Amino acid sequence: MSGAAVEIIRTKDEETETVARAVYEHPLPVRLCHWLNAISLFIMVGSGLQIFRAFPSFSAKIPQKDLLHWPKAFAIGGWLGGGLQWHLTFMWIYIATGLVYLGYELFSGNYRQVLFTHRDVPGVWPMVKHYFLFREKPPVREAYNSLQKHAYTTVVVLGVLSVLTGLAIWKPIQFSGLAWMMGGFHRARLWHFLIMWAMLLFVFGHLVMVVLHGWNNFVSMLTGWKRDPEY
Amino acid sequence: MTPKIPDSNADSKIVDSKIDERKFKQVNRRELLKLSPVIALGAFAIPSLREPLLKQGLGFSDGASARLFRSGHLANTFADSDLTPLEEFPLNGYDVDDPGVILENWTLTVSGAVRKPGEYTLAQIQALPRTRQNTRHVCVEGWDVIGRFGGARLSDFLNLIGADPSAHFITVGCADDYYESLDMATAQHSQTLLCYEMYDCPLTREHGAPLRLNVPTKIGYKQAKYVTDLKVTHVLDKVGYWEDQGYSWFYGL
Repeated sequence: MSGAAVEIIRTKDEETETVARAVYEHPLPVRLCHWLNAISLFIMVGSGLQIFRAFPSFSAKIPQKDLLHWPKAFAIGGWLGGGLQWHLTFMWIYIATGLVYLGYELFSGNYRQVLFTHRDVPGVWPMVKHYFLFREKPPVREAYNSLQKHAYTTVVVLGVLSVLTGLAIWKPIQFSGLAWMMGGFHRARLWHFLIMWAMLLFVFGHLVMVVLHGWNNFVSMLTGWKRDPEY
Repeated sequence: MTPKIPDSNADSKIVDSKIDERKFKQVNRRELLKLSPVIALGAFAIPSLREPLLKQGLGFSDGASARLFRSGHLANTFADSDLTPLEEFPLNGYDVDDPGVILENWTLTVSGAVRKPGEYTLAQIQALPRTRQNTRHVCVEGWDVIGRFGGARLSDFLNLIGADPSAHFITVGCADDYYESLDMATAQHSQTLLCYEMYDCPLTREHGAPLRLNVPTKIGYKQAKYVTDLKVTHVLDKVGYWEDQGYSWFYGL
């Protein structure tokens, strides 16, 4: 269900003239969750990379083979203990935001406009051709196209997995079943790391699209109202 | 025609309505203001608030950890073939410094809420039933190894010294000035050992001879080496070496 169109009318000497259309695209809970999540994801990634700096490897400790040396300037917390403080504080905000978002989407029915289903499969290829091969844009009929739905659904799944892998690392004994599903403590740490990069890939694509789609699109995530929608 | 301001609070299912530009701006401003709770996170950007807030966050995590701890739930144990060779069991840099323990004169000084305080010899600890276990040692840095540990259950030793069952904490002091503490639930856990053996041999100096803690349900820095003092207490007066620098206290795995 996309937001309903609203006509904006400018009154001019008792005469009315339609100048723009606007759509209420993002309900308040979605906007709140979006920005809380943007901040907490930023902190989780920054502090997570700080923690990673303490042992930048996924093999044995002796002999230690480092995977990559992440610069301190792009990490949050200053030292391992600081990184852990940020990570263990914001994980609660990150989890709570995710739960509120999922709960809202489910109970409001809003999920219907972002959830990727089998009906969206045929729309993916034309959209890929449009974005990556500069082909003609398929007609826009709803707020989100198939590829967008795919991205938004995938990133929610990744978000859930980031929490589950994180819990498996934090509590490999109390959540031993979870750690087992991830292939053990060791693998869970690797999954947690890979999931972070997958989410960063989403964020990169997301930001590129925000820039390409301009101001009105960006403002709608702040006010809920999108002026001059394409559909 | 009366301009109608859409009730954007309700949900996205708004019927078509007509508003003018000025009203539209007003609505947008109001909607923007509704996002102001997000600004509360800005408190973390204020240096004087940051530290207490992060301390609260860490404390909250520790509280959750304590609630998640299950006394009867055991840490995974591993086959001998899974063991990390002893020479690949990492040591901290400062473990190469000799803390100067004279093994012949060594005793464990017991104090606090116990019926029988005083000096305990290694022989008295070794006379308690011996447990050997292959468990995972997880460092806060992120690496982990599987080690073989042997020793007496701390719970058996607590019985021996007549520890007050209502006491909440155990603190230990070490020959190298390290110190640590445990919650009573973890101290009573059946895999928590006063460890005097690794890989079926008496502890070597680097690994904390003659006595260290082995607490598989907790993070690495809780496994204090060169233990010389043990206190049972109702109030935690000494928390831990790394904890005092900002690491988590409970850190249960």
